Amino acid sequence: MEQVLTLDQEPLLGPKKTIADVNEDVCKPMERFPSKAWWVVFGIAASILTMGLGLVAYQLHMGMGVWGLNHPVGWGIDITNFVFWIGIGHAGTLISAILHLFRQRWRTSINRAAEAMTIFAVMTAGLFPLIHLGRNWFFYWLLPYPNQRGSLWVNFRSPLLWDVFAVSTYFTISLVFWYIGLIPDLASVRDRAKNKVRRLIYGILALGWRGSQRHWNHYEIAYLILAGLSTPLVLSVHSIVSFDFATSLLPGWHTTIFPPYFVAGAIFSGFAMVVTLLVIVRKVFQLEDYITLVHLENMNKIILVTGMMVGYAYGCEFFTAWYSGNIYEWFTFKNRAMGPYAWAYWTMVTSNVIAPQLFWSKKLRRSIPVMFVISLIVNIGMWFERFTIISTSLHRDFLPTNWDIYIPTFVDWGYTLFSFGFFFTFFLLFCRFLPTIAMSEVKSTMHVGRKVPEGEEYVF
Amino acid sequence: MAHKLLGIVGIFKDPYHLLRAAKEVQTRKFEHCDAFTPYPIHGLDKILGHKRSKVPWVTLAFGLMGCFGGLGLQIWVSAITWPLNIGGKPYLSIPAFIPITFECTVLLGGLATAAALLFFCKLPNYHTNLLDKEITNNAFALYIPAKENGFNENDVKSFMQKAGAYEIKMVE
Repeated sequence: MEQVLTLDQEPLLGPKKTIADVNEDVCKPMERFPSKAWWVVFGIAASILTMGLGLVAYQLHMGMGVWGLNHPVGWGIDITNFVFWIGIGHAGTLISAILHLFRQRWRTSINRAAEAMTIFAVMTAGLFPLIHLGRNWFFYWLLPYPNQRGSLWVNFRSPLLWDVFAVSTYFTISLVFWYIGLIPDLASVRDRAKNKVRRLIYGILALGWRGSQRHWNHYEIAYLILAGLSTPLVLSVHSIVSFDFATSLLPGWHTTIFPPYFVAGAIFSGFAMVVTLLVIVRKVFQLEDYITLVHLENMNKIILVTGMMVGYAYGCEFFTAWYSGNIYEWFTFKNRAMGPYAWAYWTMVTSNVIAPQLFWSKKLRRSIPVMFVISLIVNIGMWFERFTIISTSLHRDFLPTNWDIYIPTFVDWGYTLFSFGFFFTFFLLFCRFLPTIAMSEVKSTMHVGRKVPEGEEYVF
Repeated sequence: MAHKLLGIVGIFKDPYHLLRAAKEVQTRKFEHCDAFTPYPIHGLDKILGHKRSKVPWVTLAFGLMGCFGGLGLQIWVSAITWPLNIGGKPYLSIPAFIPITFECTVLLGGLATAAALLFFCKLPNYHTNLLDKEITNNAFALYIPAKENGFNENDVKSFMQKAGAYEIKMVE
């Protein structure tokens, strides 16, 4: 056994928690009847979801004209929502995969909920291209398979097709990664179940996991590999999403800064969403000893850093537009900051660049109300960032005779609301039926910041 | 004796005690022992003499298959079976094929990793009984099968007790 030296660290978990407390505290909320608050929130989310299904039916019946989209703005709030939700998902993978590779032990308390967020956010995002297809019932034409139409193949040179592959791979791998992480915890839930049906369902899901050392051996390697695969995957997904824009010829879209700029923005908005969700989850399910101020503060630091990267990208884009000497490019940027959508542009700058600066103060980044409000502001700001990029670049292109203003209809806004209902319905169900904290992983970090028993070695 | 003794399980309250017992296993050169723990204990695999997992080789094989399969499909479709002039780009436009090639590598490699994990662990397995209900909670168990060379019931019991097992069970 090698002696491992560790720096003095702030304990990750509440002071008096034992290994047995982890199971007890995390599983308790799943084993009792849901609280009134849960029913109320779930009711609202599910109602919005149902309303959204009504909208889908309405659009299928009436056609694409019910959207506010028209020439020249063919991509409006639909694609804004797609990019927004895909971006939200990225923080989950960053926490579960990249922080795992960097051996950031604090991720263990938050990775489960963050990965769940990723999966539901990607599902939500996936709705928009599908809704937007026009002839939605032919969605499978996006996949390359031998068919009786020629055989007619997809165009592999199109970034829109890259998107199909990137998003579906991202969803599949995230789901697999999440499920593998869940197996030991599902076994924990199975073994403490008092009710037969419960033991049967969780037993089937746990696949007969017994905690064998030989199994852990394979498990840890597989988990590490999946983390290693997910890391470039997550970077590729938002890069490819940004190619949808960057490979076009439109001023405001056609720029090489897009991939890193989109990835930084995605992580930024995703962490804001994780903070929003976890501040609520830890309060409602009394998990304050597991998701502590240490975790929240670390996430706020990442929000501060990525917020400044995004701010740098805003500045860099503007500078390049001017420095390029291209009149169309320069006009697009002046139009963003001073044209009819200036309010959206400045909402974005204020929310994304200025608001997170408060996190320089240790006191503010450890204050729950402050971080909650800032995380909401950042979410709003990042939504407007996507709106600004997509719609303001389209609405005034090369010829002034083409210019127009995009006016979203109730369908555009209704779908936006629908996406939140869809996401929260799934997230609330997750909180009820699955352990919101990766119990087996948290148990391995119990010693951080604590004393090892006299005469023993570090064994973790 | 109605049943044959299959092995002995010692149950410990923390990994430190489990490791003490595991070191006894190491000195006796037992080869088929297994530990059952709520979370992975690093280093225990070496003490118990478990080999490194072969999962990475499966990932490599399937990842390569995904890589060449994905690239091959795109080349075959775009340059051989259905050549189509798109914006004057060459039929064989390799740079444009890289994103999908990468995604196919990750997709196949990732799915194969998960499948390999289940295959090597022989999961799902709904027949084998759990040694102790608390293993997925807070108990650390060490199982020593009777088939080990030099297995002696009293010796095993005594070193487990010395290492601090709070319960010792016979598996029959």
